Amino acid sequence: MSTEVKTKESLFSKKNQQLLKDPFNDNNPITVQVLGICSALAITVKLEPAIVMSLSVMFVLSVGNVIISLIRNLIPNRIRIIVQLVVVASLVILVDQFLKAFAYDVSKQLSVFVGLIITNCIIMGRFEAFALGNGPWKAFLDGIGNSIGYGVILIAVAFVRELLGSGQLMGAQIIPLSWYIDMDKGTGFYANNGFFLFPPMALIVVGMIIWAQRAKNTKLIEEN
Amino acid sequence: MNVNSNAYTYTFATVMVVVVAVLLAGASLGLKSKQENNVKQEKMQSILASVGVKVERSEAQANYDEVIKEVLTIRGGEVVSTDREIGFNVDMAGAIKAENMDREVPMYVANKGGENYYIIPLRGKGLWGPVWGFVSLESDGNTVVGANFGHKSETPGLGAEITTPMFTDQFPGKKISEAGLFQSISVVKQGTSTGDYMVDGISGGTITSNGVNDMLADCLAPYAEYFKNI
Repeated sequence: MSTEVKTKESLFSKKNQQLLKDPFNDNNPITVQVLGICSALAITVKLEPAIVMSLSVMFVLSVGNVIISLIRNLIPNRIRIIVQLVVVASLVILVDQFLKAFAYDVSKQLSVFVGLIITNCIIMGRFEAFALGNGPWKAFLDGIGNSIGYGVILIAVAFVRELLGSGQLMGAQIIPLSWYIDMDKGTGFYANNGFFLFPPMALIVVGMIIWAQRAKNTKLIEEN
Repeated sequence: MNVNSNAYTYTFATVMVVVVAVLLAGASLGLKSKQENNVKQEKMQSILASVGVKVERSEAQANYDEVIKEVLTIRGGEVVSTDREIGFNVDMAGAIKAENMDREVPMYVANKGGENYYIIPLRGKGLWGPVWGFVSLESDGNTVVGANFGHKSETPGLGAEITTPMFTDQFPGKKISEAGLFQSISVVKQGTSTGDYMVDGISGGTITSNGVNDMLADCLAPYAEYFKNI
């Protein structure tokens, strides 16, 4: 990747567009690279935190990618992982501090997830695999592309889990209340599937997405 | 320049640490007063919400000054201070470490529509971190008017549901003591609550529900002594 030819190419050349599109499908960080699974389990119970988390990861990943890319020739090889960690951690802390001061309500929602951003292996993975060997603009696109690929899966899983688990979307009731089984009145035919509220269901939903994706795109199937 | 030499590596690490430290310390100091103000306004908002006064965060201060008539600090059933600032600034996390009767804990006296209400702060442990809240009582010091809860890091969709109306709407009308004897309000398994001293917990959020149960018993007790004498 570091054998990049120093020629002038347009901002949205074929190759650069590919950086944005690839993580969306053939190189999705969650379903193909199977990274970032931890946060996909933890915060997909409801749609809203999943969306906020996706946006935060997009910010941290794209800005972090640019910073790492800018200083890539200055970073000593032996401590590069530590440098990457410091960059993610300080970015996340800065974001957290600013949110607490200027967007308090958003910061309250993020609470625990801020820490999860630091541990998200997609971020370290992109720093190590891409930003260290590419220019800032490419690194920025790669960051945006990968965080969209991550966010799409996160939001899809949260959609399924919130709808089937609590009958709501974004906190608003979707399944009509009159459908619910009412023991006292003996009416209704529907009950929420409480199992969807637990982390294992996130894994199963992610697994189904992987299945569907590989069934459609057979070149992703590994040969044994 | 050899970026892989020992000297360079040490220099790089040192410079990086100093730069990051200055940046983070600067951000923390510069934003501190704004952050603290947000936290203070939010607390006032929650205190007001427990007696049914719902306001925007920016208007919390003005409404608080108007509705909250007194802030008492209570210890072993006796009022030890009536200073508004002292009461408001009591650190609940520290206060609940003491035995019930040795605690110095605040109580807010609100006046809404000519009626007096007592607002009691709560603080306890959830599954992942602290949970807290406010319970407001009628002037008899027994019947609950409203309650609201907050948490630091309970699981969204499970334990975090304690902040939703589905849970808090159960509290109005409940009672904390029976014939002068302190009872507290128990948080029980979903669908099994009966009577004036129980509410339904959150299914899937058992440990958080138990935390709220313990918090109510623990934090309401010191006030029961005070209410005996009114």
